[in-house]
Amino acid sequence: MNSQFFKTLFSTLFSFLFSSNRRLSLTFIVLALLCLPFADLVVYQVEPWQELARMGQGIIQPSFPELSILADSLMITVAFALIAVSGAAFLGLLLALVFHSRIVRIFSASIRAVHELFWGLLFMQVYGLSATTGVLAILVPFTGIFAKMFAEIIAQQSSVPQSTLSTKTNRLSQYSYTWLPQAWPQMVSYTRYRFECALRSSTILGFIGLPTLGFYLETAFKQGQYDEAAGLLLSFFILIASIRWWLHTKWLPAYILVPVYLLLSFIALPEAPQVYGSSLVQFLTQDIWPKALLKGDVSASISWYQGQLFDVALPALWDTLLLSQLALVLTGLLVLLFYPWASKAFFPPKVSVIRGFGRTTLLILRSVPEMIFAFVFLLILGPSGIPAVLALALHNAGLISYLLMRHSEQLNYRADAGTGINHYFYEVTPRIYPHFLSLLLYRWEVIIRESAILGILGITTLGFYIDSAFEDIRYDRAIFLIVISALLNIAVDSFSRRIRIH
Amino acid sequence: MFKLDRYQLDTRLQDISLRINAGEKIALLGPSGGGKTSLLNALQQQCADQVAWCPQEHGLVEVLSGYHNIYMGQLEQHSVWYNLANLIKPFSKHKSEISELALMLGLDPEMHLFKSVSQLSGGQRQRIGIGRAFYRQQDTFIGDEVVSSLDSVQAQMILELILSRHKTVVMALHNRQQALNNFNRIIGIKAGKIVFDSPAKELIKNKYQAGLLDSLYE
Repeated sequence: MNSQFFKTLFSTLFSFLFSSNRRLSLTFIVLALLCLPFADLVVYQVEPWQELARMGQGIIQPSFPELSILADSLMITVAFALIAVSGAAFLGLLLALVFHSRIVRIFSASIRAVHELFWGLLFMQVYGLSATTGVLAILVPFTGIFAKMFAEIIAQQSSVPQSTLSTKTNRLSQYSYTWLPQAWPQMVSYTRYRFECALRSSTILGFIGLPTLGFYLETAFKQGQYDEAAGLLLSFFILIASIRWWLHTKWLPAYILVPVYLLLSFIALPEAPQVYGSSLVQFLTQDIWPKALLKGDVSASISWYQGQLFDVALPALWDTLLLSQLALVLTGLLVLLFYPWASKAFFPPKVSVIRGFGRTTLLILRSVPEMIFAFVFLLILGPSGIPAVLALALHNAGLISYLLMRHSEQLNYRADAGTGINHYFYEVTPRIYPHFLSLLLYRWEVIIRESAILGILGITTLGFYIDSAFEDIRYDRAIFLIVISALLNIAVDSFSRRIRIH
Repeated sequence: MFKLDRYQLDTRLQDISLRINAGEKIALLGPSGGGKTSLLNALQQQCADQVAWCPQEHGLVEVLSGYHNIYMGQLEQHSVWYNLANLIKPFSKHKSEISELALMLGLDPEMHLFKSVSQLSGGQRQRIGIGRAFYRQQDTFIGDEVVSSLDSVQAQMILELILSRHKTVVMALHNRQQALNNFNRIIGIKAGKIVFDSPAKELIKNKYQAGLLDSLYE
């Protein structure tokens, strides 16, 4: 009786809160307002203006580090990303072919629920600051992501070609002649998008010590050398903006270019330093389990886990969720504010300065990893939750605004449509609102994952405790918290999917 | 050969009983949405392996060439590695077989066979779809509006080709004259029910039956 009661209560509540777009938006806004008093939102730095001024100076006059260092770090950043994405796409495709199996689905959901930085911290314990760590940290979660996306793309293809084949054809032949060629264009374009994401992940792996661009960025920021930091950021932008010319170019076909780059990447990989710390076997069998469990004392280990859960995990979870809820709503507000400035729907002339400005801003906002934004805001505003919320909101607002802006341009408007504010409120925004909500819900899971990561910078979300646990060489606690964060991700992912389907 | 006994498919086919023997050449006539495609699908699923199936949307794979699309008709006869190798570099034996087939269907192998089918016109694509069905080399052919994108001369030629190469043919058409000229049994289907099922000769001679044919499209 009890479970039935809760089930009906839950489903009534669910349909009440999420039944329409308006209710959905209101629910999230109310939730965020409720979070406000609990979140750690204090501006610690009384006078941020000095730092801001110095940063401004740095931006105006960027300086670049020694060319060999810059080239080296850029090459390593690209090498990690390229090797990881190639491997992940291949493995992900193999997994996608067997995605009907429940075990495969659960496995791929689990590996992608853990952020690249956490994988990096994990692999670092076994392989040190080597190329293996760098590549695997990106490859493992991306395999899960590719597996899911490829399986979805394949499932969307028409089944008519396959119906014309003999039923006796073996599966692999069927797939390679019907499903895969149909899915090919979409899979290729998704892989390109993922490569850009991998470049960003590779960059921020520098924050945990790997020799990529993020490492030098962090050093420069910490030492107050904002001019060098600006130079490094500029190099990062040029790297991403120029992909069109050195990777997606039409001069050479991809099947020649990619293997050549892969070969160069392997050559460019950094020398592996002496591997310190535990070996893989020792890590898996001893280091990650609490002492009580290793001794066989089951009750003591259960109470240990319980202690960790209530003392560390739940408070951290709470902080993570608070910040991410605020970030989500702020993202939504910023998106509604930003997107019209870059859209042809509002600034139709062929050449529009405002639109160009808007687009460049969105490009910057969505290219810079949240980590870097958060780092900068931390320096300016002090160690509270505000930098995290701002960083998450700005980065995700940039991304969603861009997608929404494209969508708004693809709609057909009547010739006598209003202009300006009327157009915005009465026509465009209502029409794109459902798409806007679904993009937000899709990003919700990412926002939560990223807010956990920002803990590495010092904000008291899950990442903070995970990083501390690694620093204290308390691997058992670290693994436990990583599992908790993965479970959080999986829960939010399926929750948001349910809302979207509704 | 095929037997449907009071077959039901939700609202599209209601209580259909049908018997098709080997050697018959059957045309399905009827208005759009009447159930022709559903009936053909049901028949095809009965003996999927012994049937050369040509669906209405052709089932072509855009990224692949006409050659590969036709080759798919015999995928089950070779191992995975053979098929994968053929995907990368076509084997000459199959190249010549399929080129001959293409010529027979009115396609130019050099121009139409070795580039992506997305670059072909509607009529050319339809011929590739038929080519795949031919390449299956089965005794029975089931087709859904297979010559609709071709002009009447071409359509007649292709129809004759299909009828000469297969023992049993079941085809959905929308051109009554084509049906009466080429097939020996006509089935009229409307709103999921069989309105009439009689030899073509009867329909031509008997005024009442011809009236039934007209009423099909009202």
